[in-house]
Amino acid sequence: MDDLLNFLSFSDPNVRFVAFGTMLLGAAAAIVGTFAFLRKQALVGDAVAHSILPGVCLAFIISGTKNPIYLLIGASISGWISMLAVDYISRNSKLKSDTAIGIVLSVFFGLGILLLTSIQHSGNASQAGLDKFLFGKAASLTADDVTIFGSVAAVLILVVFLFYKEFKLISFNPDFAKSIGLPVKTLEFILSSLTVLAIAVGIQAVGVVLMAALLITPAAAARFWTHQLWKMILIATFFGASSALIGTFVSYSYPSMPTGPWIVVCLSMMALFSIFFAPKNGIVPQLNNQKINRLKIRNENILKLFYHLGEGNKNFFKGYTKQELLASRDFRIQEIVQGLDHLKKANKVRKLDDYWHLTSTGLVAAKRVIKLHRLWEMYLNQKLKLAPDHVHNDAEAIEHIITPEIEKLLEKELNYPKKDPHQSTIPYND
Amino acid sequence: MTAFWIILTGSLVAICCSLLGSYLILRRMAMVGDAISHAVLPGIVLAFLFSGSRETLPMLIGAACLGVFTTVIIELFHQKARLQSDAAIGITFTWLFAIGIILISFFADNIDLDQDCVLYGEIAMVPLDMIVSATGWQFGPRPVWILGFTLLLIITFISIGYKGLFITTFNPEYAKAIGISTVFWHYSLMSAVSLTTVVSFESVGAILVVAFLIVPPATAYLIVDDLKKMLILSSIFGLLSAISGYYLAYLINGSIAGAMATMTGVFFTIVFIFQKIRTKNATQVPNF
Repeated sequence: MDDLLNFLSFSDPNVRFVAFGTMLLGAAAAIVGTFAFLRKQALVGDAVAHSILPGVCLAFIISGTKNPIYLLIGASISGWISMLAVDYISRNSKLKSDTAIGIVLSVFFGLGILLLTSIQHSGNASQAGLDKFLFGKAASLTADDVTIFGSVAAVLILVVFLFYKEFKLISFNPDFAKSIGLPVKTLEFILSSLTVLAIAVGIQAVGVVLMAALLITPAAAARFWTHQLWKMILIATFFGASSALIGTFVSYSYPSMPTGPWIVVCLSMMALFSIFFAPKNGIVPQLNNQKINRLKIRNENILKLFYHLGEGNKNFFKGYTKQELLASRDFRIQEIVQGLDHLKKANKVRKLDDYWHLTSTGLVAAKRVIKLHRLWEMYLNQKLKLAPDHVHNDAEAIEHIITPEIEKLLEKELNYPKKDPHQSTIPYND
Repeated sequence: MTAFWIILTGSLVAICCSLLGSYLILRRMAMVGDAISHAVLPGIVLAFLFSGSRETLPMLIGAACLGVFTTVIIELFHQKARLQSDAAIGITFTWLFAIGIILISFFADNIDLDQDCVLYGEIAMVPLDMIVSATGWQFGPRPVWILGFTLLLIITFISIGYKGLFITTFNPEYAKAIGISTVFWHYSLMSAVSLTTVVSFESVGAILVVAFLIVPPATAYLIVDDLKKMLILSSIFGLLSAISGYYLAYLINGSIAGAMATMTGVFFTIVFIFQKIRTKNATQVPNF
């Protein structure tokens, strides 16, 4: 607890640099990552991250110093070349883009490792620390680093803010953007340059392999919470920045813990939570919804069964045993047992001895489903000119979905018909 | 003799990976191979912890479990959560790799594995790990034996399962129709990739595995359309990269694994340009 307070007071300048530096990075990467994600270029970011290494090494060999500006330029150039290479290979051969990404990623990185080790073995004393690009050096960020990160993040945010509408358009519908005369190529160039820049800077915090996570994971997680772009960017930024803070805190409390991987693990936890539990789009709510729908359909089908039997016997409240019900429609025994139980709780059926009866509320519900079924058959037959023997299966599915609004429209459109195409009476609840 | 053992190790990795990689590319799963090679890391570390040594068997089991787990997770995110597949891959492997790195730092005292070794291996150390009999007779380095055995396994797997792999790769619908399980072959292939990855990991690291899995098969695929020819040709490209890579590393005094990966790229570039020129000539309209 003391740790947490100490940490949050930011009294230790080192903590301040690391926390702010990684948060800026997390936020910047999340913003460009959102666009990369939407343009289905998530793994291109991974390739660029790996491909930055040879650029850094070459910049060092040529300039002979570890001046971060030179290294950043070298990194950006080789990142750019890798992006072009992926594009060129997948456009000009039968190789698919994922294969092209894999080729560029592994070859550039292999080259980077070759150059890096060669520099290390050459005995050049000033090379120490170049290997920080491999796994990042989040824990040892300095004031200078934070200044650089801050300016890069500011540039990113400014450009995204200025070109928000244009970027939105080329992410969702590049063809339309082209047709209204937007300079799509130039905009794509700007967006890709921003991505390369964010990656080149971000690598210093989390390293080559995990950089992809800073780009992809916040955006993918945010996608589960909203359908609106600006909200998605905000949520992704929040995920990126907050996991940077948590990751920094973990390595502050346990100095042997690496910062970068902890940031990524925090991010992944948030993503996992979103993927499973985000309302509406998460896996669990979706399965739950499916289950609710399945139960609703089952119950409505049982009510219909009562109605059909009642129609035949001219008595809707007659009782039937489970076996009789099972014999009339193809239910699994378990379905009918659970379904009747459910309906009994909702007061739609009741049980006397071994016989199940429809209640008056049940009859109202049953009538509605039957009505919807027959109205839909009527609609298909009259408006779409489908033969009466072709309409049943469609109605069987749609009857569970139709809302009261559509119900009203149907009734009006068909002018309250009395009979369906099979000459069965359409029951109205009045 | 050192050079011989190193080149032999590299070549064995090259051929193992090229064979399996051919299938990955044809199934459009190149990046899944990449993901597996990163994601097996926590499996390896956990196996280290439980067995307390560099025993091969626990590592194989740990890695195979993680490899299959990775593909299951990717499928789950993609199918059930409707996340686009590249993002599903990206999230999964970075997450598992980060856990692996954290485990290494956490148990740094108990584990003889460092981060650099994970990325580019210690192939130069291979000849030091000799199996020596009681009478002092040297049987060759341990990794060479393990890799040789893996290669045998893979060749057996591919020749026995040739038909199943072939049909499920090119026409999964037809395979389903005639009762060949696509799921079975999918997971068999994924297990084989995981096994190869972990066996190669120690000596060449994650990068070279990915390079050999993807680049030589892609190079071969540019030239031929026939699966058998592709398998053979990609093995040859892998082999050539391993040999020339060793000498490149020797020349500029760098990482051998890095140099071998670079050479796969060099061969790819040459073939790519060559093919480009050839198709250009072939499609030119003759002048009359």
